Amino acid sequence: MSTVDRLEGPPAPAQVDRIPSGTRDVLPDEMREIRALTDRMHGVFEQAGYGEVYTPALEYERTFSRQTLDQAAPAYRMFDEQGSVLVLRPDMTIPIARLVATRYSHAEPPLRFCYTSYVYRGVRPQRGQSREFLQAGVELIGSPGAAGTAEMLAVLCAALDAAGLRNYRVGLGDSSLYPSLLEAFDVNLARQERILAELAAGDFVGVEEEVAGLGLSSADQAMLLRLARTRGGPEVLDGLSGRLHDALGGMREVHRLLSPEVAARVIFDLGLVRNIGYYTGAVFQVYDPAYGMPIGAGGRYDELLGTFGRPLPAVGFALNVERLHIALTSEERAARR
Amino acid sequence: MPIPEFPNHLRIAVPRGALFGETLDLLAQLGIDTGEVRANDRKLLFEDAGIVTMRPSDVPTYVEAGAADLGITGKDVLLEQSERDVYELMDLGFGRCEMVLASVAGEDRAEEALRRLGVVRIATKYPKIATGYFLQTGRQAEIVEVKGSVELAPLTGLAEAIVDLTATGTTLRENGLVIRERIAVATARLIANPVAHKLRAAEIDALLERIRGI
Repeated sequence: MSTVDRLEGPPAPAQVDRIPSGTRDVLPDEMREIRALTDRMHGVFEQAGYGEVYTPALEYERTFSRQTLDQAAPAYRMFDEQGSVLVLRPDMTIPIARLVATRYSHAEPPLRFCYTSYVYRGVRPQRGQSREFLQAGVELIGSPGAAGTAEMLAVLCAALDAAGLRNYRVGLGDSSLYPSLLEAFDVNLARQERILAELAAGDFVGVEEEVAGLGLSSADQAMLLRLARTRGGPEVLDGLSGRLHDALGGMREVHRLLSPEVAARVIFDLGLVRNIGYYTGAVFQVYDPAYGMPIGAGGRYDELLGTFGRPLPAVGFALNVERLHIALTSEERAARR
Repeated sequence: MPIPEFPNHLRIAVPRGALFGETLDLLAQLGIDTGEVRANDRKLLFEDAGIVTMRPSDVPTYVEAGAADLGITGKDVLLEQSERDVYELMDLGFGRCEMVLASVAGEDRAEEALRRLGVVRIATKYPKIATGYFLQTGRQAEIVEVKGSVELAPLTGLAEAIVDLTATGTTLRENGLVIRERIAVATARLIANPVAHKLRAAEIDALLERIRGI
């Protein structure tokens, strides 16, 4: 082939059958690793009494419209033959809440379910951020308060241990903490929402500006700002006074119920807020130094099942299998060095 | 099982360009050795000092991916790349600039275009900020993205006005442009990778305290 021929290059891209942006094909080498990884975690879930469920990838749009889901809102819609609007599920928590309310309407709680399922979101595609991605997670329905949260953290850590991840940590916060303080300071709703959105986005400069404009005493301002940034070991739960001390009672109770191995993994994060509307109390996020984004998340959603007609407190988590796989690979590579 | 601590120190993404000098001055005040960075303008990675240098607009990319734990860049870059998942920890105060709407001096051609044609053409390196600003102020604009020397656009008739960053206004003046509206003030910001912010809390907070103390 002459140089000139080569410059003409490969055939025009129009002839290649592409796949939608943010989706990808998985070939046998990777698939084998992912299968082994999800099998190991699934073993932990079953061992802990969590039975696997499957729900349809397609649901009616109204199933998801009861909640403010922000980032986790449905992104893909279509019509069925009746003209009803269907969506591709953006998470598994809401389908399982629906499943509990309809299939287990009289079953004695607690109920335990696990899943390994694909979900669909309209995210900005990059590695570890696909529009169709695999989640491995569990839901514990009907187990209230600290005991349920502690069980969830134990299952989460057992699954990550079984996955083979070594350096992970779990950030634990309380999504009601900051809103209740703003409420106590009589901050109006629009302002509260702005501050919470900035906090969820990690815009500390924005939070500082908003808080400075609330007209609070400088001690109260300093307290709000300090709280937003407080994260660390169990010592961050102590040495606080009055209302703040009481507000952290739930987190102290969870800490008391954790085994030492699990407790060593937890970072208490008083500023942790998640912008998915159904969380009511404890929230958590999984971090690993080998990967720049959280690899999993979860929390308590004590009000969600009530919106489906079966009021039960609940807690759950989901791990992003693709991110977990990337973190595992990076840890292995670092260990070889 | 003990969870290993971090062997290396925090890696900071440092912007080359307008913020470069003041950023290095700040790092030097914090006790970081910036001598090699100042001496060598082709090398990009300074492992001993924990510094990587890059274009300001690349800083959020590296920090979001965790390739750098911390970074310093202008608020203009953060506004333009608002989809990046990074924490904004502190307003460092230096590198103050303004994002402005400017057009050729004399009768405002942008205003005339809006009144008579319904749409104004705006040339900018910041399409997201410009689009957002015109949307918020309820005016129809066609945003023309250019990569350099935005001032040329209104002089040649490519656009009626520009949205651009200006520190002293000298370049605008020299090209016969005047500021019509002020959109935002931009200063240098310290940003962090969200995961590093949780996992290396003590180191990052200690650094913040020292910056506050300067």
